[in-house]
Amino acid sequence: MTTYVLRRLMLMLPVAFLVTIGVFMLIHLSPGDPALILLGEDRTPQAIAQIHEQLGLDKPLYVQYFIWLGRIAHGDWGRSVTTHEPVAQAITERLPATLELGIVALVWSLLVAIPLGTIAAVRRGSLTDQVATGITVAGVSIPNFFIVIVLIFVLSVTLRLFPFGGYVPLTTDPWESLRHVLLPAIALGTAGAAINMRFTRSSMIEVLNHDYIRTARAKGASWRRVVFVHALKNALIPVVTIVGLQIGGIIEGAVVTETVFTWPGVGRLAVESIFNRDYTVIQGIVLLAAFSYMVANLLVDLVYGWLDPRISYA
Amino acid sequence: MTAHLLELEDVQTQIALRRGAIRAVDHVSLTLDPGETLGIVGESGSGKSMTALSIMRLLPRAARITGGRIRFKGRDLADLSEDEMEAIRGTEMAMIFQDPMTSLNPVYRAGWQVGEPLRIHRHVDKRASIAAAVDLFRKVGIPDAKTRVDQFPHQFSGGMRQRTMIAMGLSTGPSLLIADEPTTALDVTIQAQILDLLRALNRDYGTATILITHNLGVVAGMCDRVLVMYAGRVVEQGTTEDVFVHPEHPYTWSLLRSIPRLDATGHEPLRPIEGSPPDMGRLPAGCKFHPRCPFVIDRCREEEPDLREVRSQLSRCWVTQAGRSLDSPDGR
Amino acid sequence: MSNAPAMVIAEEPIRRAPVAFVELVRTHRRVTVGVLLVALLFLIALLSPVISPHDPLATDPDNSYLRPLSPGHLLGSDELGRDLLSRVLWGARVSLPVAFVAVAVGLVGGGLIGLTSGYAGGLVDLLLMRLMDALLAFPGLILAIAIVAALGPGLRNAMIAIGIVAVPVYARLVRAVVLQLKEMEFVVATRSLGANPARLIVAHFIPNLLNPIIVQVSLSAGFAMLAEATLSFLGLGAQLPTPDWGQMISSGASFLTNDPWLAIVPGAAISVTVYSFNLLGDSLRDALDPRLRS
Repeated sequence: MTTYVLRRLMLMLPVAFLVTIGVFMLIHLSPGDPALILLGEDRTPQAIAQIHEQLGLDKPLYVQYFIWLGRIAHGDWGRSVTTHEPVAQAITERLPATLELGIVALVWSLLVAIPLGTIAAVRRGSLTDQVATGITVAGVSIPNFFIVIVLIFVLSVTLRLFPFGGYVPLTTDPWESLRHVLLPAIALGTAGAAINMRFTRSSMIEVLNHDYIRTARAKGASWRRVVFVHALKNALIPVVTIVGLQIGGIIEGAVVTETVFTWPGVGRLAVESIFNRDYTVIQGIVLLAAFSYMVANLLVDLVYGWLDPRISYA
Repeated sequence: MTAHLLELEDVQTQIALRRGAIRAVDHVSLTLDPGETLGIVGESGSGKSMTALSIMRLLPRAARITGGRIRFKGRDLADLSEDEMEAIRGTEMAMIFQDPMTSLNPVYRAGWQVGEPLRIHRHVDKRASIAAAVDLFRKVGIPDAKTRVDQFPHQFSGGMRQRTMIAMGLSTGPSLLIADEPTTALDVTIQAQILDLLRALNRDYGTATILITHNLGVVAGMCDRVLVMYAGRVVEQGTTEDVFVHPEHPYTWSLLRSIPRLDATGHEPLRPIEGSPPDMGRLPAGCKFHPRCPFVIDRCREEEPDLREVRSQLSRCWVTQAGRSLDSPDGR
Repeated sequence: MSNAPAMVIAEEPIRRAPVAFVELVRTHRRVTVGVLLVALLFLIALLSPVISPHDPLATDPDNSYLRPLSPGHLLGSDELGRDLLSRVLWGARVSLPVAFVAVAVGLVGGGLIGLTSGYAGGLVDLLLMRLMDALLAFPGLILAIAIVAALGPGLRNAMIAIGIVAVPVYARLVRAVVLQLKEMEFVVATRSLGANPARLIVAHFIPNLLNPIIVQVSLSAGFAMLAEATLSFLGLGAQLPTPDWGQMISSGASFLTNDPWLAIVPGAAISVTVYSFNLLGDSLRDALDPRLRS
């Protein structure tokens, strides 16, 4: 197992490098003097000169890159162009909100997807299966943000079930926190449920075709036992893969939902920053998003290896 | 007359394919008494596995029993509900399958799987079932039983996995064990061991055994009686000795002839059966074997023979029913 | 010794000529439906200037917030009095080309990279594939947002961004086909006869590439539409007053309680379009799958 882990890490390094280069280049892609971009409003000649000195903008590009990389590694992710707040701080302040939203959304998505996907697979071809497949197809075709909006409309406005938006930190008041996150989380999670359901279904169908299912039946196991004990454990192993990736993609998933609900998370910060031309913040968020996705990919591989006895007890 | 343990009377099973239904099991009848061993021999697609699955009522989705009766311990299995059938499977009848690697669940430990029938049917708790599994492992000849029960199937060798399957099948002391090609996926040396094991278990526990195989040699060492199947039909049936010494059906005769002999002079060519297995969707008229038969006469092409007594066996062949005896298989 | 036998014993290529598409469309019902739907969408995009009752940009403040089925406004009007039906029809004209240009960018860019990578092999292959992995390390929307951030909001930049996101998929696809073909004996044989590599590409490579590419393009078109709609919804793609479906949902969202149609109609339009592309792609994939044939 350890060689497996080490090998994956080794493969990840060059990619991580390239990712940092890509993020670094973001500022330099836009036309114009980066110093002007970074300074935003207060472009006094002294400030410009200072920035040039600080970031070494007169030095060759690759030197600048290493200076930048060094700072990132030390936790200095720059300052926001608009608020002058350290980027790292701006992000960490908003991260809990995004995480709460993302995780509750994922839990909801799985609560819907796994049972439905399992039933659809077991009763393949039946009405339930066709309805479930139809939902999946719709879920994949309908834009996420549209689902979000429609759900807001139905759940909040029409039925008055949940409060609209308004973030309450988990640490302040868990119950209120959950009450407020529920609507955006359901909206976000429903969109992802379609994909998870399709995946669970196909994984389950494949597992049910395996010989050991027949063996279990030959032992006198009921269908219930076969599905819940023998099949499910096998079928869910691949599902872990996409769940892991969805965790890694939390920031990405949250972008739209946070914008609609004016949820004070990292996703909304990203969108705002684009309009404010706040490049340092964007850099920071993109870097974080990319790295969490990469790390999630790696962890998913490891967890997969750990869950499947054929790999962990090789 | 004592009741048979298992009785198949004119059983028919059909598989629905896109191009039409095929008769996988076509009017098959057989009987099995307690403690007896029966071999079912045939090529792939001859219907032997389907017969076994029909007995266990574990047919795939597209297949259905369309006729005949299957009686087990006097009860007509068609009368039983699925729950009642589940109660019989794993307790009174057990089945082991061809490929032990794919037939064992990869994510559960071996002891857990072997003890499962006890937990399902005898309401034994987990710890007791693992203990019983250790015992069973010893009985089937798996060394280091205590360590092995905690391991996963992929950590076992092919032979050990098949022993695990056998242990699983015998855990509740069934009256009938069906072994579907238990040795086909194994090395030749291991094959012999597994067959010895099955024979010993049959002798020691009196479990009636149906051994399904395409290999006549396997049957020779193990079974009291043998049933030869072709294209879903029984073509010959009798005691092993009779069938081997004087086969009364050209298919059996050809099978016996095709076995290479150790005492051959050395440069004799192999004698495979002419032609290839039949397309079940497009069977020939008359006798289903006639296109490949070295003894074919005109009648074979027109009319399908019934299964009738020929000497001490049952045979479905016009030629032997007419009294002709086939040459002895080794050409002497 | 003659080289002729080298050709004779060479393995047959998977397909000598592209599968007759007309035949395919005719025999598989799902494909037929998919093609018809997509064709209909194209038609709407093409004909929208002609079939729209109003100018999509024409404001008419006196007639704002009209309900559907009002005279002159079949689907009603928005907050500035613009006809919703016209805006939705024109929306096809905006969204479809954007999606296709994006896919084209991905296809051409990715295809070239895949071709080079597969053909050259060795270090070039290694480096290029690491680069593709790096692109894939970014979650799709984040990458698109990052590129739009660098280039500035706007429909053109959204196209480029989505195209870049699509590049790795096509790079891998093309590379896989190239690798597969490189291995096959008939390529080795024809090359040993001194055949021109360009001819090789045209005669054998492209037909084998056609099928997976067509499937992928159909599916990519769907994703590109969703991506473009999302970017426009966030304000990073189409800008006001362009009648873009995503943008329309964004504006319409504010009026959900008063006039839900403003958001629902464009939302339905996007959904139907994406569904059509997905249907086409999925059905083509099933129809062309060699395992499912015969």
